[in-house]
Amino acid sequence: MIKRSIFSNRILPYLLILPQVLVTLTFFYWPALQGLYQALMRSDPFGLHNRFIWFENFIDLFKDPLYLKSIAITLMFSAAVAAVSISFGLFIAAMANRALRCKAVIRTLLIWPYAVAPAISGILWLFLLHPSYGIVALAIKKWFGADWNPVLRGSDAMIMVIMASAWKQISYNFVFFMAGLQAVPHSLIEAAVMDGASPFRRFWAITFPLLSPTLFFVTVMNLIYSFFETFGVIHTVTQGGPGGATNILVYKVYQDGFIGLNLGSSSAQSIVLMSLIVVITLLQFKYVERKVHYAI
Amino acid sequence: MVEKTPVLDALTYAFLMVGIAVVGFPIVYALIAATLPIEEVSRVPMPLIPGDQFWVNMGAAWEKGNLGTNLMNSLIMALGITFGKIIVSLFGAFSIVYFDYRLRALAFVSVFCTLMLPVEVRILPTYEMAANLFGPLQSLVTFFHLDGLIGWIVGHEVDIQLEWSLLDSYPGLILPLVASATCTFLFRQFFLTIPEELCEAAKMDGASAMTFFWRILLPLSKTNIAALVVIEFVYGWNQYLWPLLITTNPDMMTAVIGLQNLIPQADDLPFWNVAMAGSLIVMLPPVLVVLLMQRWFVKGLVEREK
Repeated sequence: MIKRSIFSNRILPYLLILPQVLVTLTFFYWPALQGLYQALMRSDPFGLHNRFIWFENFIDLFKDPLYLKSIAITLMFSAAVAAVSISFGLFIAAMANRALRCKAVIRTLLIWPYAVAPAISGILWLFLLHPSYGIVALAIKKWFGADWNPVLRGSDAMIMVIMASAWKQISYNFVFFMAGLQAVPHSLIEAAVMDGASPFRRFWAITFPLLSPTLFFVTVMNLIYSFFETFGVIHTVTQGGPGGATNILVYKVYQDGFIGLNLGSSSAQSIVLMSLIVVITLLQFKYVERKVHYAI
Repeated sequence: MVEKTPVLDALTYAFLMVGIAVVGFPIVYALIAATLPIEEVSRVPMPLIPGDQFWVNMGAAWEKGNLGTNLMNSLIMALGITFGKIIVSLFGAFSIVYFDYRLRALAFVSVFCTLMLPVEVRILPTYEMAANLFGPLQSLVTFFHLDGLIGWIVGHEVDIQLEWSLLDSYPGLILPLVASATCTFLFRQFFLTIPEELCEAAKMDGASAMTFFWRILLPLSKTNIAALVVIEFVYGWNQYLWPLLITTNPDMMTAVIGLQNLIPQADDLPFWNVAMAGSLIVMLPPVLVVLLMQRWFVKGLVEREK
């Protein structure tokens, strides 16, 4: 789209867009091409010989049980993070929207965790869930009688990184649901009250359906967050362990590429992740266009 | 509320209190831990009454985490990313919306293809790019055997090695993260909502394109810029993977990465009080920015959905 009323100038528009294009070319397109090229090559451990092997890196990747396990772990991890943070965020937002007093104070108290780095959130929860010193770990042991040991047991480590990742995302979701809730037309709610609908009925029959575009958007953003930005959490809390139990895809790219120095495989993994993002983006754009019909 | 529901209202507030307590608990607990001496913090369970060692622990964290240098690095990186992104995208969006030129569509499409791709998915190739910014030129040279050609012209062996590394430098920390179209996209959306009449009036008064940009467009974009400053500052400050990769020199490390040194390992004394003190210091700047600029932040975040 473009304005009807525009300026005409031969060089200026190119000069204006130049920084953006330059930065995008050097740090996006060229690396992406290089990545693709490397993904089709196999180099020996000393980096002396490169051999073109077509799609063998990709085929190896999808035959590798560790990679398949990492996919399964990532799916489980991100589904859990999204489910926990979205349901908690929606619940709190619905409550805050009902509250008549102190709305500003409530909002302030709930949004600041957004600013906490994932890695720092990881450190905080590492302490809270530490098997010998953590107070939450102590509560789990006492109340559930469970033997809590995230250092040795994979499932416990998984719960730990899910908690650390979901906690800071609650405020992000809260902000969006709060905005969505405030956009629900008051007349609809009043009409429902006249018809004698209870607050719960009103929420599920009117508010929740009207929130569905927000819900969709927030779900996409949460998935992207838990696929990629949680790197900091994994790195500080478990480093992918124990035994690869929390080795999500983005962490595996880092491990294979920068620690294992398997460039071909790491590049192939990057390409897989990029395609994944492209699919998500396309889905979202498709949905956003349809969203227009939801408007009242 | 539309009707009176005293029981439900009481429940609402009760749930809210619980919610706020759950969200705030990790920080309150960290604050208490940061005031305790080591003997207290390693007691099980840790006492919940604050001690008097707050400044001692803060000092220890400052020393051990090299926070003086690291906080400065984080600040430079966060501000660089924030303003780099905003300036680049303001100009870019202006060019795309207010001009018509032959390569406009191409520029638009190629920039917006990068909209959702975070740096995390392209770490390895971007790292190589940062390690040698002249990489593309070098491969051209190798591909066309230019060194052979030049050697033939000059008459003796020439070995062309083009190298410009961004590792362990501020541009290396900042530039790859500026390469993102999110801000450009938001400014484009905003510029499209500005009435046509403004531009027409400006042109009628004889304003040039740049005068229009500085005197009309920029003042109108103030709130959008404020919102993006908050969001991008938090984003820049909290970066993890990229700074981890490209800094090896301890004096170039960012504060969030440096905290790694404070986490007690299995065989040292459990200095969790120091780790918590360090975490609190490092999270303070972005938290303050969000709280002080709350109104713009909420607005800016919600705009992203549109």
